[in-house]
Amino acid sequence: MIGGLFIYNHKGEVLISRVYRDDIGRNAVDAFRVNVIHARQQVRSPVTNIARTSFFHVKRSNIWLAAVTKQNVNAAMVFEFLYKMCDVMTAYFGKISEENIKNNFVLIYELLDEILDFGYPQNSETGALKTFITQQGIKGQHQTKEEQSQITSQVTGQIGWRREGIKYRRNELFLDVLESVNLLMSPQGQVLSAHVSGRVVMKSYLSGMPECKFGMNDKIVIDKQGKGGTTDDAGKSSGKQSIAIDDCTFHQCVRLSKFDSERSISFIPPDGEYELMRYRTTKDIILPFRVIPLVREVGRTKLEVKVVIKSNFKPSLLAQKIEVRIPTPLNTSGVQVICMKGKAKYKASENAIVWKIKRMAGMKESQISAEIELLPTNDKKKWARPPISMNFEVPFAPSGLKVRYLKVFESKLNYSDHDVIKWVRYIGRSGIYETRC
Amino acid sequence: MPAVSKGDGMRGLAVFISDIRNCKSKEAEIKRINKELANIRSKFKGDKALDGYSKKKYVCKLLFIFLLGHDIDFGHMEAVNLLSSNKPAGGYLFISVLVNSNSELIRLINNAIKNDLSSRNPTFMCLALHCIANVGSREMAEAFASEIPRILVAGDTMDSVKQSAALCLLRLYKTSPDLVLMGEWTSRVVHLLNDQHMGVVTAAISLITCLSQKNPDEFKTCVSLAVSRLSRIVSSASTDLQDYTYYFVPAPWLSCKLLRLLQCYPPPEDGAVKGRLVECLETILNKAQEPPKSKKVQHSNAKNAILFEAISLIIHYDSEPNLLVRACNQLGQFLQHRETNLRYLALESMCTLASSEFSHEAVKTHIETVINALKTERDVSVRQRAADLLYAMCDRSNAKQIVAEMLSYLETADYSIREEMVLKVAILAEKYAVDYSWYVDTILNLIRIAGDYVSEEVWYRVIQIVINRDDVQGYAAKTVFEALQAPACHENMVKVGGYILGEFGNLIAGDPRSSPLVQFNLLHSKFHLCSVPTRALLLSAYIKFINLFPETKATIQEVLRCDSQIRNSDVELQQRAVEYLKLSSIASTDVLATVLEEMPPFPERESSILAKLKKKKGPGTVSVTDLEDSKREGGELNGGGERGPDTAAMASSNASTPSPSADLLGIRSAAPVGAAPASAGSLLVDVFSEAGPAAPSAAVNDDGFLRDLEQPTETCDSLLVEGSGDSE
Repeated sequence: MIGGLFIYNHKGEVLISRVYRDDIGRNAVDAFRVNVIHARQQVRSPVTNIARTSFFHVKRSNIWLAAVTKQNVNAAMVFEFLYKMCDVMTAYFGKISEENIKNNFVLIYELLDEILDFGYPQNSETGALKTFITQQGIKGQHQTKEEQSQITSQVTGQIGWRREGIKYRRNELFLDVLESVNLLMSPQGQVLSAHVSGRVVMKSYLSGMPECKFGMNDKIVIDKQGKGGTTDDAGKSSGKQSIAIDDCTFHQCVRLSKFDSERSISFIPPDGEYELMRYRTTKDIILPFRVIPLVREVGRTKLEVKVVIKSNFKPSLLAQKIEVRIPTPLNTSGVQVICMKGKAKYKASENAIVWKIKRMAGMKESQISAEIELLPTNDKKKWARPPISMNFEVPFAPSGLKVRYLKVFESKLNYSDHDVIKWVRYIGRSGIYETRC
Repeated sequence: MPAVSKGDGMRGLAVFISDIRNCKSKEAEIKRINKELANIRSKFKGDKALDGYSKKKYVCKLLFIFLLGHDIDFGHMEAVNLLSSNKPAGGYLFISVLVNSNSELIRLINNAIKNDLSSRNPTFMCLALHCIANVGSREMAEAFASEIPRILVAGDTMDSVKQSAALCLLRLYKTSPDLVLMGEWTSRVVHLLNDQHMGVVTAAISLITCLSQKNPDEFKTCVSLAVSRLSRIVSSASTDLQDYTYYFVPAPWLSCKLLRLLQCYPPPEDGAVKGRLVECLETILNKAQEPPKSKKVQHSNAKNAILFEAISLIIHYDSEPNLLVRACNQLGQFLQHRETNLRYLALESMCTLASSEFSHEAVKTHIETVINALKTERDVSVRQRAADLLYAMCDRSNAKQIVAEMLSYLETADYSIREEMVLKVAILAEKYAVDYSWYVDTILNLIRIAGDYVSEEVWYRVIQIVINRDDVQGYAAKTVFEALQAPACHENMVKVGGYILGEFGNLIAGDPRSSPLVQFNLLHSKFHLCSVPTRALLLSAYIKFINLFPETKATIQEVLRCDSQIRNSDVELQQRAVEYLKLSSIASTDVLATVLEEMPPFPERESSILAKLKKKKGPGTVSVTDLEDSKREGGELNGGGERGPDTAAMASSNASTPSPSADLLGIRSAAPVGAAPASAGSLLVDVFSEAGPAAPSAAVNDDGFLRDLEQPTETCDSLLVEGSGDSE
């Protein structure tokens, strides 16, 4: 179990230090600073073992969060907890920064007392936490005994993530499908590896204790239905649209037993914003952009680079925030760039040409060409040619995921599925989207 | 970095450095550096001519970036260009730090250096010399090895340049000694010891020390010069050497270096020189007694540095009893000093003093202090030294006390030094054992206290000694039997017990409390907790029991017959069980008695433990025993003749006389004359000389020890082969 939790700033000064178990001493704080934050070589592994003590760290901008333990804990659990901790802090005071942490340190200690007990993670649902950990004054004066006992029964009860008696005039529901697509492509255009990791994020403002059911074009579900319908055609046509999900995880509100038996996702949603599920797909990914690089070395002191990008989606859709990053050799002494669309600039501090395009419709192509002057060096090392990377945002899900339905049932209150206003949005972003050159 | 000051300031550089220092994160720093590198690359592109100032600025920036740990693969050319400007410091700095063996550049650099060396500007000459010394490559040595000695001895060279030249030459000599040939310069270099300028002398003496270590004969003349220089420094008042007085100590570094140089040579033969030197050493020892002139730690550090260097010179000469004893007394005072470092150094120096016959007795007077240090010292390295010293000062008169102290310390000793301690105890116990029952007790205690650290060699040795000396066999059997009574025994104890009871169990079988069956049951109760080799040994002990005590035959056969023996998954154990069982049931008592006869005495050999201790110390470090050996050899070569009759007399008299040198001399007299050259490895040869004359093969080589190690188990095997042959 987690023995302690420390938060450091970029200099390695301790901002928050909470020790849960006796086996973690004060020197653990310094060990992490010396061996990880101030390490001569950059530490890339998120788990570091120092003197039989394990340090699990995540970094948010300039802030290091480190969980420390001497036991053999489930690393995935610890990281899940750290991410949750970040979410909770963000929900309470916004961006995680040194200043915010310093301003809210009392709150953070309070939160740490609540969500970790003797190193065991407890209820870390923001909605539930906000009912009894607040930033304004001492709550006891405002809360009646009744309210307090209600909180206790909720937090310790079966549905710890939602309290009873919530009422909204308008029952609304927002559903975002957020995906990030990762790609590594060879210079010839062969896909070396590609996968999409996606999240379904919901914001629900519903009254009472509604029961929701979420349906998407999961291949297993569609195939099952297709067989039920007995017509071959239906199976085929639906097979094209369905997607194979490699693995997925759910928010704690989803009834896993029901998912295991019927593969249907039913749940009583928390109030407010939460992440319903996470998933990953690797097959039949729609690659929104294709990058075609062309690098020519002209003698020892010159390099000609030409990069073409092609958008590969419906012409009616618009991709945004497109950025192509073309690495330049380490001995670059000057760059001339010509591009037809957008703006391109040589950024010496990053050793790359950065080409930005604001918007681009589907089925279009654009081109950039650059002349790079090199300084002759006496180093025989050849340039490693790092891959060209790309960033973008498209309004569809590259995995092909579609939301088929999201039904809301509330038996006690008198509103039906039709009365709920539902919003669905798809956003596909680039993860590590690289093409070798 | 070159100081950013006055007119020499480079504002761009200062801004860049402060930018880097203000970076919030590593990433930001890398970004800033990349930007700067791109800027410098575009400036160095070649088509534009840069003025000297900006070239220097950019070269310095590159150097700074390199020192931050980033790769720099350009700018060398610009740095070389800077060399020929009128301010070459930046260029030299860059090249010293960053040059790689790139042939074309080296040629250019060499050219520039050559120009600077032949210029009469001392600043430029020094810069060039520093650059050569910093790079120190073979190419540079080839180009300048002949040039530098001339600069060094030329009459018109500035003092500062001379210093640099001497150190530069030293560096070149260390990297490529074949290229630096002193030849004709030798005497003039030696005469640098007479130089007016103390700095030159200090620099030159480093060079001379290094050179004279390689070819002492050529530099022999330096001894008298060094002695006179030393006596001038030592006798000078602290105010005489204005710049070279450090916290009231005149020229401490130079004094140390002089004393170290003298350690390369034997004592001077010229009486006058020797007298002068002894006078110096006495003065140094006297000064140590004077009250300190300053309370500052630097003052005492400098003073003590000279003192310790002087003491090691005294030890090196090993010919002035008076000085040796005085040194020992001085060190004795340091043993209780509150500075840990001083205590450490005192213990270390005493170790070498202890091996000198003149001061051995003087060292011994400090035994209580050293034992106390071993017990109470907080620093493990100091405790280690204390243990070393105890080992070195041990002789027949105090062996019992020292071994007892070391044994009691062993219980709380640090793990890192335990094995060494165990070996030392084992060696001392063996070396100075007058009474072998004491030896057996000690070793069994050793196994009890630190069983894990007792190596194979130690228990082999006990068995060899017990077998070779029939007067301790009964005692050993009794002691082992008692030791095995303990509920938890170390495996090594079981091994020794099994072997000794198997051989000499009959000697104690008369007592009903240790009747054969009791002995057997005792051994067998440990059997299941032991590893395979020990079990094999125990099985051999059992078959010997059958021979010794026929009444145990049925019990033992039953044990051998049970599945866990006869069907053991280990081939060795199974084979032994099967063969011993057959042997015991088929062979007649006569045959058994012949086959399982008592082990014959082992041939006298050098203790393998000593070899192990030497190996553990490693070849690099000069161990105490090595020192002893070399001392003894040296003694034989130098003054052995005149002490000859004396030693013979000592050796013939009872060896237990508490004379400090009795033991060392005893060894010397016992070692065969022919084996003297090989005696480096055979310190313990004479331990058994009382039992029987040392065999001519006593001077064994290393392989001999190795064979020796295998002895006990090997004989078991040969016995086994015989046995099975018989039963066929």
